[in-house]
Amino acid sequence: MTTMLKAEGLVKRFGGLAANDGVSLDVAEGSIHGLIGPNGAGKSTAINLLSGEAKPDEGSVTFAGSDITALPPHARAERGLQRSYQVASLFHEFTALDHVALALQTRAGHSFRFFTAARRDASLRDPARTRLAALGLEGLAERRIADIAHGERRQVELAMVLATDPTMLLLDEPMAGMGRTEREAMVTTLGALKGKVTILLVEHDMDVVFALADIITVMVKGQPIATGDPASIRADAAVRTAYLGDMA
Amino acid sequence: MIAGLTRYRIVVLAGLVLLAVFPLIANALGDPYLTVQATRIVIYAIAVAGLDLIIGFAGLVSFGHAAFFGLGAYAVGILAHHAMDNTTVPFLPFAWHGSLDGLVQFPIAILVAALFAAAIGALSLRTTGVFFIMITLAFAQMLFHFFVSLPTYNGEDGLNIWERSRFPGLDLYNDHHFYYLSAAVLVAVIWLLRRIVNSRFGVVLRAGRQNEQRLVALGVPVKRYRLVAFTIAGAIAGLSGALNANFVEFVGPSMMHWSQSGEFMVMVILGGMGSIHGALVGAVVLLGLEETLSDITEHWALFLGPILILVVLFARKGVFGFLAGRDPDA
Amino acid sequence: MTLPLLLEQTLNGFQLGMMLFLMASGLTLTFGIMGLINLAHGSLYMVGAYVGASVMMASGSFVLGVVGGMAAAGVAGVILEFAVLRHLYDRDHLDQVLATFGVILFTNELVKVMWGPQAIFSAPPDWLSQPVNLFGVPYPAYRIAIIVAGLAVTLFLRHLILNTRLGMRIRAGATNREMIGALGVNIGLLFNVVFGIGAMLAGLAGALAGPILAVQIGMGENILILTFVVIIIGGVGSVRGAFVGALLVGLVDTYGRAVLPQVLRALLPPSAADGIGASLSDIGIYLLMAVVLVVRPQGLFQVTNSR
Repeated sequence: MTTMLKAEGLVKRFGGLAANDGVSLDVAEGSIHGLIGPNGAGKSTAINLLSGEAKPDEGSVTFAGSDITALPPHARAERGLQRSYQVASLFHEFTALDHVALALQTRAGHSFRFFTAARRDASLRDPARTRLAALGLEGLAERRIADIAHGERRQVELAMVLATDPTMLLLDEPMAGMGRTEREAMVTTLGALKGKVTILLVEHDMDVVFALADIITVMVKGQPIATGDPASIRADAAVRTAYLGDMA
Repeated sequence: MIAGLTRYRIVVLAGLVLLAVFPLIANALGDPYLTVQATRIVIYAIAVAGLDLIIGFAGLVSFGHAAFFGLGAYAVGILAHHAMDNTTVPFLPFAWHGSLDGLVQFPIAILVAALFAAAIGALSLRTTGVFFIMITLAFAQMLFHFFVSLPTYNGEDGLNIWERSRFPGLDLYNDHHFYYLSAAVLVAVIWLLRRIVNSRFGVVLRAGRQNEQRLVALGVPVKRYRLVAFTIAGAIAGLSGALNANFVEFVGPSMMHWSQSGEFMVMVILGGMGSIHGALVGAVVLLGLEETLSDITEHWALFLGPILILVVLFARKGVFGFLAGRDPDA
Repeated sequence: MTLPLLLEQTLNGFQLGMMLFLMASGLTLTFGIMGLINLAHGSLYMVGAYVGASVMMASGSFVLGVVGGMAAAGVAGVILEFAVLRHLYDRDHLDQVLATFGVILFTNELVKVMWGPQAIFSAPPDWLSQPVNLFGVPYPAYRIAIIVAGLAVTLFLRHLILNTRLGMRIRAGATNREMIGALGVNIGLLFNVVFGIGAMLAGLAGALAGPILAVQIGMGENILILTFVVIIIGGVGSVRGAFVGALLVGLVDTYGRAVLPQVLRALLPPSAADGIGASLSDIGIYLLMAVVLVVRPQGLFQVTNSR
């Protein structure tokens, strides 16, 4: 098992509160690693520390063998570490096709091209259309984000991020607010990525996590309290007391 | 509807035609001075077009655009001054007596403005939001006060330009020549900027305006692109300033004053932010309003203020947006 | 620099600082609580100066003039808020800058219509025009009065903000305006009150400035820019920051103007030294703001808010 992402002893304090107090994670390449815990456990903070949007007070992050602790978010993304947000973060005036085309554009190295019209650039638009269609989203291609629903936005965000051909995805509650069919579609999509893209999945939907994840880490009050495969997590006494209650 | 001929394209085409034949219309109306007034509008529109790139597309509200306008003007003024006086230009490692040659002055004006824009942009882009507005204002004011204090070039009183720039085949004292030079520059600048905003570079700017965090998370170093846009806008303002210095045959610190920056911003909004073409419309509306209102009353600013407020509150798309509608190619 | 001169310049610095504090305290709360950039704050100062000077000259009473200036600025503020600012709270900063710029254009012209383009020169009242002896140094009583007025306002605001319920709401609003709205505080009314106080303080500053500065069109813009420098340095939304920032800017500006020409006179001819010295002082203040913005944009006393 090769480690794709390794966090060691991450600490992040806000005033007197340690939102992350010694978070260590080992995410295996090609796996889906679930990160669960009650509200306020510090899961979103952990994601922000891994994506680079927050700077840790202590600890380090290693990605694909390199120490990325000092790297800003765009540099991490350039190396293939992409993320989604709890509330889909998109460009509201752009269409779904624009989003995927933009993602493909970022793979081209740089965007210091001033003369060719991007909207008519077939080398971007055609592959973008193909990628949208592969996820069943071709109907959204010409729709502006401002005009589409929450669940559809999530799907567009995932399509956009996948179009960057990421090495690893940090997904922050991708199922939140989704209807049943949408949820099932996303589970299928994520499941199909296993082995190709490494995924760290923060989720509240236990069915989804237990179905998809190879390994699960449970966080409570800023610290991981257990890590293991779904069965052992379900059986873990400390986890049950702290979090799962009667659910398992 | 003829294929390809949308309302938008018709309006733009009409503007181009009007620009091309305006001096002829002025002569036909028996008022050749109109051409001179139009030249002033066209010169300002050049600076405003550059400002629309950064305000309308990149979402960067710069309150210091006049600094680059003034720097371009001073470049021309200083070079002309030393050429007329046969004195040496200070602070250079070699002895040079300036130049009256437009092909020397203008590139220098653009270069100087661009360099300052790059430096000011690099520092200012470390801030966002209202802080960006304030810091661009601060830098422009620093330059303003610097030139006010510079006794070499008459400080606050400014420099007279005793001879307009010389261009091969052009006589800037011929009103038609000057008009067509300015109009040609405007058309070229607008053409260039329209290409830029529709390009991959433009997409990055527009995405950054909508959601900077998302764009950064995708892996795009947004600040770099904004700095380039800021520099381009500054260079264009410098070009406009060079033309303006010739037009008024004078350069002074007031060209850099924040109220001049405010005027540019007003033109962007009146014309229609985020269109580039709106720059000409905005200049026509504001300067045209000033002319017509001042014929009615010397207290025209009493009306300009409320008109501006009303446009900001209720007519954000500006006059160009009202006339042309949405850009079908955007 | 002799000791008496140092004392004199220090007091001048305090006096300028107090004027700036009167302007900055209102502006920082407006910006901190409502996230509104108001370029027309300087126009309220100008209204206070014009009305104050006119009332002083018509009635012969300095105090009446000050009261008149404050009242006029307060009324102008209410009208401004109702007619224009109310519509700008939800708009972005560009809209706010442009709309309030329009207000400046209008107000400057209105003043020109009502009072004419010439500057008005007035003088301190007789009972404040004698110099006071401070540690052997004669210092104008009027400037001392300004310092005293400024300190009185400081104590008043301090009491208001720290010890009253209104002050508590102001502090809460400055840190999290959505929350206090959710908690049932009438945020619109709160803001009207805060804005009204700020407008009257600006009017007070203007009325007090009249006798020592020229009352003229455009005076508002000059002090407005300095005021923005103060609130950036002090931290937006913090009255304490406004106080510290105002003193800092007042002292730096005053010392700069006093010291720089002297330093430059050793190097340059006197006329150039004075001219450049004055501009370098101006540049220095902006440089200070630029440095703060790059190094510590939240200012000295950070007050967090969503915008």
